[in-house]
Amino acid sequence: MTSGKPTMIEFQDVHKYYGDYHALRGISATIKAGEFFSLLGPSGCGKTTLLRTIAGFEGISSGVVLIDGKDVAGVPPNKRPTNMVFQSYAIFPHLSVAQNVGFGLRKDPRSVADKARAVDEALAMVGLSGYGARAAHALSGGQRQRVALARALILKPKVLLLDEPLSALDKKLRENMQVELIKLQRQVGITFILVTHDQEEALVMSDRIAVMFEGQIAQLDSPERLYRLPKTRAVANFIGTMNFLSAQILSEAGGQVEVEAQGLGRLQLDAEKQVTGTPSTNGATIGFRPETATLLFDGQQASDRETMATVEEVVYYGDMTYYDVLLDGTTAPVRLSMRNVFGRPVLDIGTRTRVGWSPGALVLFR
Amino acid sequence: MKIPVLRIYTVGYLLFLYCPIVILPIFAFNNSTAVAFPLQGFTTEWFSNVFHDAVLGHALKNSLLVAASTAVLATVLGTLAARANTRYQFKAAGPLMALIMLPMVLPEIIMAMALLVVLLSVGIPLSLFTIVLGHVLVCTPFAVAILTSAFQSLDKSLEEAAYDLGEGPVSTFRLIILPLVMPGIISAMLICFTISLDEFIVANFLGSGEPLLSTFIYGQLRFPKNVPNIMALGTLLVGVSITLLALAEFFRRRGLARTGAKDSGGFL
Repeated sequence: MTSGKPTMIEFQDVHKYYGDYHALRGISATIKAGEFFSLLGPSGCGKTTLLRTIAGFEGISSGVVLIDGKDVAGVPPNKRPTNMVFQSYAIFPHLSVAQNVGFGLRKDPRSVADKARAVDEALAMVGLSGYGARAAHALSGGQRQRVALARALILKPKVLLLDEPLSALDKKLRENMQVELIKLQRQVGITFILVTHDQEEALVMSDRIAVMFEGQIAQLDSPERLYRLPKTRAVANFIGTMNFLSAQILSEAGGQVEVEAQGLGRLQLDAEKQVTGTPSTNGATIGFRPETATLLFDGQQASDRETMATVEEVVYYGDMTYYDVLLDGTTAPVRLSMRNVFGRPVLDIGTRTRVGWSPGALVLFR
Repeated sequence: MKIPVLRIYTVGYLLFLYCPIVILPIFAFNNSTAVAFPLQGFTTEWFSNVFHDAVLGHALKNSLLVAASTAVLATVLGTLAARANTRYQFKAAGPLMALIMLPMVLPEIIMAMALLVVLLSVGIPLSLFTIVLGHVLVCTPFAVAILTSAFQSLDKSLEEAAYDLGEGPVSTFRLIILPLVMPGIISAMLICFTISLDEFIVANFLGSGEPLLSTFIYGQLRFPKNVPNIMALGTLLVGVSITLLALAEFFRRRGLARTGAKDSGGFL
C-alpha cells in the first residue's frame, strides 16, 4: 500500500547509550512519506527514545538518521522539519488557545491577519473553532490534545511525531480520537509517527508497525501480517493473545513442512505462509489465535479437524466468552474466544467438549 | 476526664511565640515612655516621632537600598543556580547545591566575621555595598529554594515544545520559562527583601557606620526614652514583613496554579 512512496525517514544502524545503558541497539528501518507508522512496545523498549531522535531531543551514539534524505546529525529540534505532540500535550499554560496554536508562526513573515486566519483554520481542522480566546489551562484533556495537534500541524511539518498522545484520555474519548487522527492523517497527508504501548491502538491506526523490545525492532510489518504471522513468540504475545503447543518438525520438502504437534497430531503446513521465526534449539512451537479455533456445540460439524477437550476456565464478557480448555494429549490449557450467539449456552467448568480447528490457521515457530 | 494535652501544648506554643510580637503594637500606642503595664492611654505620638526622625529616615533609605539590591542580586543568582540544578544533570550538582544552601544553616555571626576579615584583608572598604554582599550570601539559599521548586514544577516538555516549534534556547527562556517561573521570581525577591530589611548581624559587622534600620533600632534601645519610638517602628516593620511574605506566598501559589502543579509546601 505504501511501497511506491518515497522514503521520509531512514534509520541506519542507530545505537544510543545512556552511560552503560544500551537504549537503542542497532535500529535500521525506513518510514515512507505519508505513512501512518507506529512504534509499539512495552515501556522501556526504546520507542520514545527513537521518536525523540527524530525530533532532535536525543542525540544518537552511532548510526545515521535521515529525514527526507538529509542526515540530521547535529541539527537542533527547531531546525528540523518535524513537529511533535507530547504525551503531556505541553500546552503553554500562560497563553490562550490561539496563542498556543500560533506559537510556531512567530517568525513567519506573513501578516498578522494571515496568521490569525491560519490559526482559525488549524483550530477548525481539529474541531475547536471559536475556542481561540480561551485560556489554555481551562481546557479538558481531549481539547488540550486537539490544541497540541493544531499547534504542530499549523507548521505543515514533513513528519508529525506523536508520543503516546491518547494515553491520558479515557477509553471512549481515546477510541473517538483514534478515528479522528486517522481521518486527519488522510486529510493532511503528512507522515505520522505514533509511539504507543497499546497494541490495539497500533493495529487500528497504523499502515505499518515496528514492534520493539529491548532497544531493537523485533518485527516491522503491516498490522495484518503482524497479527497473522508474528516472527517470534514475544511479538505474538505482545499483539493479541496466542496459544502455544510444542511441536516437532518431521520433514521439509516442496514448500511443505510436516510437523507433529502436541494434541493436534500430524500436520502439513505451508512453508511460506505459516512458518516463521529463526531455528532455535528449544524446539519448534505451534501457535494459534483464540478466535481461529471453535467449540463445537451439539450437532455442529468441524469444518476441518476436531479434537476432544475439557473446559478448565470460563470468562464471560457479555458479547464474548473466553474458554480455557485443555486439549486431550496436552498439558497446558489453550484459550478460545467464542462469540455469544443467541441461544447458545455458556459451558460450565469441567464440561467435555469438541474443539474444531483448521491446520491452515496455525503458525509454526521454528 | 481526658486532658487535651496536644491542644494545651499547641496553644501554649503559639502564645509563647506570638505574645512578644503582640506586645509591640500595644506599647506602640501606649501613652508612656515606660514599657510596662498598666497601660496609660492611647497616643500616636510615637508613630509621628518615627515619621519625623531624620536619622531614621536616612536609615530607612539605606535599608531599602540594601534590601532592594540584595533582593535583585540574590534572585538573579538563585535563578541561575536553580535552573542549572533542575535542568542539567552533572556529577557536581549535589555537592554544589549543598555548598550554595549551606549559608542557610551556618551561624551568621561566623559568616559575618569571616567576611569582615576577608574584606579587610583584600582592602575593600566597608560600605553599604559590603553589607549587600553579605546579605546576598545570606539570602541566596532562600531564593534557590523557592526557585528550585518553581523550576521543578515546570513540565520539561513545555520547553521542548517551544524548541520543537522553532524557538532557540534564548527565546524559549524568554517566552516560556520566564513567564512561568515569574511568580517564583517575584516571591523570591520579596522574601530576600524582607530578610535583608531586618537582618542585623551582617549589617552590624560589615557596615561602615551608615545607619540601617536594624542597626538604628539596636542603637536606640540604649536610650529608654526612645523605646516607645522603637515599638512604633517595630510595629510598622512587622506589618511590612507580613504584607511582603503574604504577597510572596500569593505569587508562589499563583505560579503553581498556572503550571498546574501540586502544592508541595511553601513558607506560609
